Amino acid sequence: MIAASGEGGGFHPPSIAEFFPAAFAFEGTPFEMNRIILVRLVATAVLVALFVVAARRAQLVPGRGQNVAEMALDFVRVNIAQETMGHNAKRFLPMLTTIFFAVLAMNLTGVVPLLNIASTSLIGMPLVLAAWVYVMYLAVGIKKFGLGGYLKNNLLPPGLPPVLYVLVTPIEALQVFVFRPATLALRLTANMIAGHLILVLCFGATHFFLFEAGGALKAAAALSLTAGVAFTLFEVLVAGLQAYIFTLLAAVYLNMAVEEEH
Amino acid sequence: MRILDAAALLAAEPGEEVKGVNLLIPADYDILWSIVVAVIIGFAFYRLVLPKFTAVLDERTEKIEGGIAKAENAQAEAAAALAEYHSQLAEARAEAARIREDARAEGGAIVAELRSKASDDAARILENAQRQIEAERQQASVALRAEVGALATELASRIVGEALADSARQSRVIDRFLDELEATTVESGAASASRES
Repeated sequence: MIAASGEGGGFHPPSIAEFFPAAFAFEGTPFEMNRIILVRLVATAVLVALFVVAARRAQLVPGRGQNVAEMALDFVRVNIAQETMGHNAKRFLPMLTTIFFAVLAMNLTGVVPLLNIASTSLIGMPLVLAAWVYVMYLAVGIKKFGLGGYLKNNLLPPGLPPVLYVLVTPIEALQVFVFRPATLALRLTANMIAGHLILVLCFGATHFFLFEAGGALKAAAALSLTAGVAFTLFEVLVAGLQAYIFTLLAAVYLNMAVEEEH
Repeated sequence: MRILDAAALLAAEPGEEVKGVNLLIPADYDILWSIVVAVIIGFAFYRLVLPKFTAVLDERTEKIEGGIAKAENAQAEAAAALAEYHSQLAEARAEAARIREDARAEGGAIVAELRSKASDDAARILENAQRQIEAERQQASVALRAEVGALATELASRIVGEALADSARQSRVIDRFLDELEATTVESGAASASRES
């Protein structure tokens, strides 16, 4: 990729600056808003509106919209919560449902025209959700087993020769206290960032090939456009998949905290 | 557009290259707005969406279970009604058979009664007729006896003259004559008797 010099011309490779757009309100305060924050708010508004309207209209005999809403809710309830947590599912279902649909909605903004960026590609949102999961699984674990019991359960897994605890305990501690929440947040953000960069690359290249490159290179626009469409569809898949993985792991972590045996 | 925005940002702050690590370090506004939307979405699902859908699902389950129970009840009722119908039908059949039997027996009794009554009547009529015939025969016999006596007396008196004018003797003679006559008649058998009747 050769970046042509000069104002307004040439090919701009996507950069991480994509994720730091200019603020347009409350700049310099904690309430600063930029384009991605706005997208996040739009996604939230649409998500909440859809589900609240569906809930308001919910009837005993479901219509089309209600069927779709129930299928979506059932996916979280049955395929994530119940399959992972069994009898613990009901207790954490609202949390898991919130996380799943929040992540899904904000992932999907990455492929929605005009929004064009996943609002989970800013680390804040995944971090807040991961922190919620983190605090929650620590809280329910400690509440159930007491602080000592919880630490013993997690840091001193039974059935090992004592000498191995020298090795296992630090690893387990890192797992429980650092890696689980960190990987939750990073996996989601990194996926969304990568997806966005790929889409920008494809469509930016198409634009460049079509309007600025000469001769035979124009034909390459077809290739890059095709790739862009394909990656857009792929990003839809990734959006769903990452929402599923995030929620599934949250369910697994919560379940590990409250289960007697690991 | 975003590319241009970013370029503008970079242009606006020359020399300050955005570092990659910044992607992993949340800005304060990022955290704040994340919490805001998380709370909004959480509130919606915790308070509005899930309770409503749970209620609807529970109600639906209840309705379906109620419907199934109702159907089972209806089926049981139908079976009971059928059984009752069958028993009533059997009862009615038995009743009909009984009535038919009664009617037959009664009819037989009536016929027998009528028959006996008829035969009684016939016997009575026969007896009356015989009695009447007997009476008439005796009447005829008495009349005949008197007449024959008178005729014979007259005949005899004409034949033997006045000798037999004494009535007592006359009567004795006639009776003797008739007794003899009757005896010969009885002897002559049932043929003459049947001819009389």
